[in-house]
Amino acid sequence: MTRAPAGFFGGAWRVTARNLVVWRTFAGASALGNFGEPLLYLVALGYGLGRVVPQLGGMSYAEFIAPGLIVSTAMYTATFEGTFGSYTRLSTQGTFDAILATPITPTELVAGEILWGGLKAAFGAAAVLLVIALFGLVPSWYALLTIPLGLFAGILFMAMALVITGVSHSYESFNYYFTLVVAPMFLFSGIFFPLEEMPLWVNGASNVLPLTHVVALSRGLVRGTIGATDLGWHLGAMLAFGVMASVVSTRLLTRRLRS
Amino acid sequence: MSQPNASRPVAEAAVAVVAEGLVKRYGELVAVAGIDLRIRRGECFGFLGANGAGKTTTMRMVQAVSEPSGGTLRVLGLDPVRDGKQVRARLGVCAQEDNLDPDLTVIQNLLVYGSYFPQPRATTRQRAEELLAFVALEEKRDRHLRELSGGMKRRLMIARALMNDPELIVLDEPTTGLDPAARHLIWQKLRELAARGVTMLLTTHYMDEAERLCNRLVIMDRGRILAEDAPRALIGQHVGHEVVELRVPEVEEGEVLAGLDLEGITSERVGDIRVFFFERQSAAADRLVGRARSVDVACLVRNATLEDVFLKLTGRELNE
Ligand SMILES: Nc1ncnc2c1ncn2[C@@H]1O[C@H](COP(=O)(O)OP(=O)(O)OP(=O)(O)O)[C@@H](O)[C@H]1O
Ligand SMILES: [Mg+2]
Repeated sequence: MTRAPAGFFGGAWRVTARNLVVWRTFAGASALGNFGEPLLYLVALGYGLGRVVPQLGGMSYAEFIAPGLIVSTAMYTATFEGTFGSYTRLSTQGTFDAILATPITPTELVAGEILWGGLKAAFGAAAVLLVIALFGLVPSWYALLTIPLGLFAGILFMAMALVITGVSHSYESFNYYFTLVVAPMFLFSGIFFPLEEMPLWVNGASNVLPLTHVVALSRGLVRGTIGATDLGWHLGAMLAFGVMASVVSTRLLTRRLRS
Repeated sequence: MSQPNASRPVAEAAVAVVAEGLVKRYGELVAVAGIDLRIRRGECFGFLGANGAGKTTTMRMVQAVSEPSGGTLRVLGLDPVRDGKQVRARLGVCAQEDNLDPDLTVIQNLLVYGSYFPQPRATTRQRAEELLAFVALEEKRDRHLRELSGGMKRRLMIARALMNDPELIVLDEPTTGLDPAARHLIWQKLRELAARGVTMLLTTHYMDEAERLCNRLVIMDRGRILAEDAPRALIGQHVGHEVVELRVPEVEEGEVLAGLDLEGITSERVGDIRVFFFERQSAAADRLVGRARSVDVACLVRNATLEDVFLKLTGRELNE
């Protein structure tokens, strides 16, 4: 007996669930990656560089950068997944071809991939949150909200990565994306220095970097100091970037998958 | 759901795939150039043709994964463009390229694939175990994909294609690259499916495979259908029944054949071999063989095969 095909979210969830099954198998290696890099930055910069950096707005340098590392991990996790991971499923492995021979539609497939990027990023964010809490760098319970923030950030950065994947025909192009987009975003989104102290134009320009908004939210939540206006503005910006990237990536990939 | 055509409901119900003037273009390239098909339910229908003839492209349109550029197509009474989800829910696909999930184990491959279909989880689980037994892979149940041989992977592809208990199964070169034992095993499984009434679309480059499995088949070339019929009928119609091959260089041929009455006998030359096609029990064939023996020319007498038809219709050069 076949039942009526599942609706849009049912279909998307099956794709997400497939990735979860695979992830469970490799979770060990994946978690190590999540802890490892942020921990290095925290120790080298937070405590190394922090010895010579004065207090920033009442925070030690380690306290200052820790919230940003939660969301930069979300960004990197989702970006790797949406570029190298999804491209492998799209091209070399034929995973998408196999899925599209079933009732799953291309749009559901892309939605499922995007959601998967969000989930994986949320795991990464949670791991880093745990680490910085153990270092005593988390003063507020609001910090727990950085896990759903990691989910939304993951969705946003996964969708952005899928735009690149949608136009890529080899792994080479991802190097450009990482060097020209992701790395600058990591460095100039206010994780490592306060944007408010920069010249006005730098501060303004940083708003076009999606990560800037995520970092501001994360710091506000971890410190427990976020106000309603900031919350609305930064969430709104994330939403706008997220919707744009989702629409474009879905268009590009569905066209490619239907040929 | 579309309304069944009231004027011929019986005919529609008995037909699995109907195409009229079906076309697929990729930019300038015309991969399928207007073909007509009428595939009955329960039959095994073959697609033969050289590399690039358009077989896979045709299959992908039937599978509702690639949109036709022109013509009409109905699959299981549905429009694959509008009702793609429903069509795919009732179809099984064994693709030409291995696209099993290398990150998963054998059983996980079946379970995850089954989860893409609208069926209860318990059904998926039960079917996965049954199908593992069906393709004799129970011992590999929890192995990783990289631990399987090519033939085992092919069998798993077939098992996976059956996870939704499909009414129509599309097999794109299911036995390419397999050893004879593995091919025989897969043929056996396909015959079992046929006996259960599953409709099959099969492409292959092995003529013996097509002859064995297909009730009817088409020979495609450059996006067109050159011939369509049952394998035996095609052989009778295009090349006769008996073939005699003489190994004789072109320059000596006149001398060897001198005085034999071969009027109306078709033949063709392939390198230093001349191939003659005869009707059954032909006196001319006996005379030809007698002559070859007496002048000591190497000579082979055999039954005509589908391969002869294929080569005759599509030519012996590579189409590039
Ligand atoms: N996605 C695509 N984009 C552009 N051209 C394509 C695409 N898929 C197939 N083609 C072209 O369409 C033609 C038919 O290809 P198809 O794969 O249907 O051949 P085939 O009969 O299955 O061949 P083979 O026996 O080698 O599998 C070829 O010229 C091929 O290059
Ligand atoms: Mg093919």
